[in-house]
Amino acid sequence: MISARDVSFAYGDTLVLDGARVTATPGRVVGLIGPNGSGKTTLLRTLYGALAPRAGLVTLDETPVGELKPRELARRLAVVVQEGTGELPLTVTETVLLGRAPHLSTFQRHGRDDYRVAAASLERVGARHLAGRVFAGLSGGEKQRVLIARALAQQADHLLLDEPTNHLDIRYQHEVLQLVSRLDVTTVVVLHDLNLAARYCDELVLLDGGRVAAAGTPDAVLRPEMLEPVYRIGVQRIDAGDGVQLLFRPLDAVPEGVSA
Amino acid sequence: MSSTTTGRDTVLADTVTEFDDDLGQGAQRRRTALWIGGLSAGLLVTLVLAVGLGAVAIDPGTVARIVGHHALGSPADVTWTRAEDSIVWQVRLPRVILGAVVGAALAVCGVALQAMVRNLLADPYLLGVTSGASTGAAAAILFGLGAGFGENALSASAFLGALGASAAVFVVARAGGRITSLRLLMAGVAVGYALYAATSFLIFASDSAEGARSVLFWLLGSLGLARWSWPLAIVVVVVALTLAALLLWRRRLDALAIGDETAHTLGVPPTRFRVQLLVVVSLCVGAVVAASGGIGFVGLVIPHVARRFVGAAHGRVVPVAALIGAIFLVWADVAARTVLEPRELPIGIITALVGAPFLLILVRRFHSAGA
Repeated sequence: MISARDVSFAYGDTLVLDGARVTATPGRVVGLIGPNGSGKTTLLRTLYGALAPRAGLVTLDETPVGELKPRELARRLAVVVQEGTGELPLTVTETVLLGRAPHLSTFQRHGRDDYRVAAASLERVGARHLAGRVFAGLSGGEKQRVLIARALAQQADHLLLDEPTNHLDIRYQHEVLQLVSRLDVTTVVVLHDLNLAARYCDELVLLDGGRVAAAGTPDAVLRPEMLEPVYRIGVQRIDAGDGVQLLFRPLDAVPEGVSA
Repeated sequence: MSSTTTGRDTVLADTVTEFDDDLGQGAQRRRTALWIGGLSAGLLVTLVLAVGLGAVAIDPGTVARIVGHHALGSPADVTWTRAEDSIVWQVRLPRVILGAVVGAALAVCGVALQAMVRNLLADPYLLGVTSGASTGAAAAILFGLGAGFGENALSASAFLGALGASAAVFVVARAGGRITSLRLLMAGVAVGYALYAATSFLIFASDSAEGARSVLFWLLGSLGLARWSWPLAIVVVVVALTLAALLLWRRRLDALAIGDETAHTLGVPPTRFRVQLLVVVSLCVGAVVAASGGIGFVGLVIPHVARRFVGAAHGRVVPVAALIGAIFLVWADVAARTVLEPRELPIGIITALVGAPFLLILVRRFHSAGA
């Protein structure tokens, strides 16, 4: 279980998180949604200890994240971040094998099991054929799948993802989230696309200005009366056979010159 | 709850055994072993040949016998002249060894810094280390600073200058909070320029043409100071420890080279590791620069050459870059002392002459690869 309780964080004087909370219980997929600048990524970063909150507590299975040693944290919590790849031409295999680093001591070399885990992880995301390629030369979708493979190779039981569907076409958006939702790990995922959030998350946390505006099942959170004031856009909801579908239109109330 | 969340499977827990695949890593390892073996043999041959080459040429067999005689006590019979003995054992061997060690050190420090600041144009002098050493050396040459260190005054004073510069870069980079790649780069450039001004001022203020020439010669690098002495021993030890540290840190270097956030999620605290790297690299470059002056281009170009041979993973790049750097600098020194015989060229001229076109070729390839 991973949880943030009443977490606040500020960049300088700008308060980005203001008493936000999120809890992901074992095996559940929790989606963080909200407009740009609502604090989704910042909340995620406090969850994996890249940011220390000013107030509040972040715990991994009841241990404060700040008290875990970096390598132990990496063995229990894997993260797919939005970050450039650096300039070094590392191969896909080398990239995925880095996911094994938290399990190896400084003097240890990669063993057979590490290769197997890396191969299985690549297979799992349908990217085994890319093994010998240079990571930086892949397409956006291929990169994203390889980064998920690296997270899988960490064999952690918690998984955090920051907008994993960025750069992916519709088919891969669904493939990646389907894959994630089928893993038996505790997952927190930042998503922009509310329809994807509706389909693949067990719970949603809607952030607005660093606070939780709504939390609960997709059915409970994805309601026009919740979303419209936060996103300032018209929302129409259709309850289809296999879940919720949302349609959006600009609000007439939005004054001219203000982008929605 | 959506229907897709049913039928979950586990994260690779038991299914892994069916993937009996090393993803080509075994073959990669064998290739790297071949490179390292071949380059090691090349380095050995280089050392023997380089000791023989110079104003007085000595054949490799004699070189091997003289070295064996001194180092191992075999052969016991002396079949060579005293002059040959002294040229090989007293003059050229320490010089060639220093060249190999300095070349290896500059190459691996270049590798480490390029990973640390994530910039393939980084070199070991980026952090102001050379400028600090130059100021120290200029103060020693022109104003007798460090006279208390006796014949090693120049090296000691350059080393202290290098450490002082590193400390200054560190403090400036830290002033804004945590140390990032960009802050390090900017602090390195700023401190470098300030010390460059200090060195120029020292030269200007001294009124000694001979001294100014010595400083210039030192700035361009030379292995001419090498002899069996404690500075050489210190350099060898420091470089060996640096190599060991970078090899042990190979996976951390990979992670840091990708990005701070990635490093963090893989269990490598980026800021702490960057500080550790800074300390190790500064000590190593400081020691090397104190012994040989500011030899440019080795630390910039050799890492790229090594990556071309064995890929980017630091477990392979570090040893291969060390060997290539060692071989390259020894031959550059042979050129420096033979091209204009009997005059000796600063070795930095040779490394820059060879290195600059090399870099241009790399840039072209880099560009055409679209990377």
